[in-house]
Amino acid sequence: MYGWTGNILHIDLTKKSSRVESPGLNVLNRYVGGKGFGGKFLRQCATLPWDHPDMVICIFTGPLTGTISPTSGRAHILSKSPLTGLVGDSSVGGKLATRLKRAGWDGIVIKGESRTPLGITIKDDSIEFKDARGLWGLDINAVHEKIRPGTSSILAIGPAAENGVRFASITVDRHFAAGRSGLGLCLARKKIKYILVDGTGRTKIKDHEKLKQAREDILRLTAASPALMGQFGFTCLGTGAVYDLMDNRRMMPTDNFRRTFFEHAPGLNAAAYAKTYAPKKHGCLGCHILCKKIGKKNGKKITMPEFETMSHFTALIGCMDTDLVIKANERCNHFGMDTISVASTLACRREITGIDYTKESLLSLLNDIAFGRGEGKDLALGAKLYAEKMGKPEAAMAVKGLELPAYDPRGALGMALGYALSTRGGCHLRAYPISHEIFRKPVATNRFSFSGKARIIKIAEDLNTVVDSLIACKFTFFAAGLEEYAMAYEAVTGIETSAQDLLLKGERIYYNERIINALNNFDARDDDLPDRFFTKPGSGTNNINIPPVNRDAFLSARKKYYSIRGLTTNGLPEKDKAESLGLIWNNL
Amino acid sequence: MEQLVNKYARKLVQTKLGSDSGPSQPLVGGLDDKLVWNRNADEIKLLEDVFKGLNINSLIFLRPVEPYGSLIGFLAENALKSNGLIQPEDCETRTFLHDLPVINKFDPDRIIRVLKKRKSVIIAPGNTNGSSQGPAILAHGTVSPEQGFVTISSVCFAGFIKFFTDYLKALREKTATAAAHDLFDKILPYVKPIQKTLPEFTPSPFPDEETVYLAIIEAGKKVIEYELVDSYFGNVSYFWNKTLYISQTGSSLDELSGCIDPVPVDGSTSAGLTASSELTAHLATVLRTGCKAILHGHPKFSVILSMDCDPGRKAFCHFKEQCHIKCPEKRFAGATPIIPGEVGTGPTGLCQTLPLALSRADSAIVYGHGLFTIGKENFFDAFCTMLEVENFSRDSYFKKVLYLKKN
Repeated sequence: MYGWTGNILHIDLTKKSSRVESPGLNVLNRYVGGKGFGGKFLRQCATLPWDHPDMVICIFTGPLTGTISPTSGRAHILSKSPLTGLVGDSSVGGKLATRLKRAGWDGIVIKGESRTPLGITIKDDSIEFKDARGLWGLDINAVHEKIRPGTSSILAIGPAAENGVRFASITVDRHFAAGRSGLGLCLARKKIKYILVDGTGRTKIKDHEKLKQAREDILRLTAASPALMGQFGFTCLGTGAVYDLMDNRRMMPTDNFRRTFFEHAPGLNAAAYAKTYAPKKHGCLGCHILCKKIGKKNGKKITMPEFETMSHFTALIGCMDTDLVIKANERCNHFGMDTISVASTLACRREITGIDYTKESLLSLLNDIAFGRGEGKDLALGAKLYAEKMGKPEAAMAVKGLELPAYDPRGALGMALGYALSTRGGCHLRAYPISHEIFRKPVATNRFSFSGKARIIKIAEDLNTVVDSLIACKFTFFAAGLEEYAMAYEAVTGIETSAQDLLLKGERIYYNERIINALNNFDARDDDLPDRFFTKPGSGTNNINIPPVNRDAFLSARKKYYSIRGLTTNGLPEKDKAESLGLIWNNL
Repeated sequence: MEQLVNKYARKLVQTKLGSDSGPSQPLVGGLDDKLVWNRNADEIKLLEDVFKGLNINSLIFLRPVEPYGSLIGFLAENALKSNGLIQPEDCETRTFLHDLPVINKFDPDRIIRVLKKRKSVIIAPGNTNGSSQGPAILAHGTVSPEQGFVTISSVCFAGFIKFFTDYLKALREKTATAAAHDLFDKILPYVKPIQKTLPEFTPSPFPDEETVYLAIIEAGKKVIEYELVDSYFGNVSYFWNKTLYISQTGSSLDELSGCIDPVPVDGSTSAGLTASSELTAHLATVLRTGCKAILHGHPKFSVILSMDCDPGRKAFCHFKEQCHIKCPEKRFAGATPIIPGEVGTGPTGLCQTLPLALSRADSAIVYGHGLFTIGKENFFDAFCTMLEVENFSRDSYFKKVLYLKKN
């Protein structure tokens, strides 16, 4: 078999046992990998609560993992989100996917629960359960120091997950976070402190020459992309390069989305960090873009904050100190908390209480959240539940319970639609309309218009879904397309495939997520934005008007989307459509 | 969507690839929840089937006007005799399109099969509902009809470059066919004559930032007006007050209003993230040469001449498959150096070769790609040089052809 190993590892924590599933080529080609397989296994337990012992946690690679296909070093983790109750998933970098594949596994499906904290060690086909009671309570860094993974990859959770933080993250190889949806808490519920993976195998490739050609095509395109490899692009400055652009476009969420312009932004941008921390390039295994940045100050290595962290820990919560952002980011990483959710929840608190943050109060609150102390206990619920508890639900800037990232939807209406319709809640990555609305790729669209956006969002969701299944990095698609990745897929697997074939696989996987969410009672009422965006304008200038999102135009675009996606007018999946995509309908 | 389908139909006519009447009228379809077309046409029924078979939001169907119709028809016919692919070697095709598939029948299933893999398909002449109306190009988009517009424009440009480079090569190798000779003679009247009249430009020095923006917008329009660039390619920059003002990536040079990024040289902001792919080359050129204005176009004969290489020497060249990045020869079009380099950054990017070349000459042609020219103070100088180099290249090309034909 080419591309895939053909083996999926099932681990039952209750029984401390494992078994191997070897799906045939048809199944592998159908679900592809990553998000595709995660969705397949989640569907089987879709209606269970997130913390039910039989709920699965899926960690998957893709057929391109472990090959020279550019940016194929990412893994995809999926379960039901404790924060939202929706499909909860996150793409994560580092070495995890490559090591897992080299160990001989296309993915791992974990169910059951352990009574005591444990670690799982996977070395090729050897699976061991290790007592991790001595590691419980330790932060991510300390876990790394204790385990010393060497060339192995390690994913771990921190104290935030152990203490029930709904937006707890998983950290891979010290620097890479599976941040969104609270997947850290899913691991904590099963008492998994860490998973250590290493392997010695190789991904078998059908046509090396063709793969080399596909790689060259992709590299040529990424080299031509200013957003990726230009001198102000992600390679040089990391994702923080977006900071100035968002401010410049009047899309920077400020004061909990009450404004869209932060007057202190010019001193808090990527260039400012570069001056102070002299960051160096770092990235996922096999990636040439290397968007991750590791800085240094006083001899100490520092994981530089990503764009969303830079933005939310300054403009959103009213802070003006890069050093504080570094510290907050570091603390979130060590404790294992999603920086977008935690900053957004803190912004919500600031709006409700009217109390600004000092350096001390901010860091102290981060500790309280991670360790479930005092007010931290309520904040650990996330913005939606916190705001409800405080009697101010309108102050939660979240969609379906997932806090919004750092792109104000009033400045990009495709983003508004993308946020509202995303199957994991307030997420910019499902449809990633910033690509065309801001980065002008593949071509620019009018960011202040809903015209054509319903279908654009649908197609982009299909695309990004299959990207999360192959697996590749979404950033690459600022430059390359499925045309080039279909060639890589074909070269690796030997299965004739076109860009449109891949899009169809993406459509099937995404529709399955819609079904899972519908099984959990999500419908059109949830495909919506916080009221603020429809009633309050952003911070425009004489040249850029940022009006509120027109509610009627939004609803009209959403209605079009439902029709294009093959959903009812209430946003629910339909039997005919599901069956036409080859999806099972019987448990709806 | 209606606005967009009409815009790109109009634009195909404006850029002289289509016409506003007759068989070369562009047909543009856009799909959101409903499918809209810019006009009624017999082809719509079949194209609706194409829409149904693909996850796309737009299609453009065009039978290009002359000379593109004949050129593409000729190349398509040859492609159908071999592997069904036209394989131009210009930069745009190599980077973005890879190759140009050809089919001989207007059949939705076959069209769908090709468009599942590629951005365009050429439908060869004489097979549209049995009538001969010239070859058609069909291109799709998943975001905007602009994608189809760019693709069709690139296909026409690539076809033009390929025919003229192939013809010159065939003359050198004495393998030119009668059909190629006939086509060359047939399309000559359509080849733009040497342009001598120069436009007026806003005089420098520019007093304020607003004037800089206006001057860039004006320069972009002139480059398009003189057909020195196709589709949305090319870029323009001006250095003023320690800041490089440069056209954004993917912007059309005739629509630069609102599409110019100011990039301070001190690197204090990354707002240049959306600037042209050639930002690094522009910045390095400005800093190295002290020039203020840079124009980059794709004038056709400059590009054609850049790819002209003596077949006898090329046969023994170690880098004959990598001319665009590793050509070892010091080649010139007149005084203009011809240099290797790919789009953007990277070890083989033109940012590695262009600034040095422009420190020695006020123009440089990037192999198979386009022409960069600089003006010490203003766009007028850069524009004059661009026109001069293109006129020279055109003249040289036809002199070579004439010489080879005689001998």
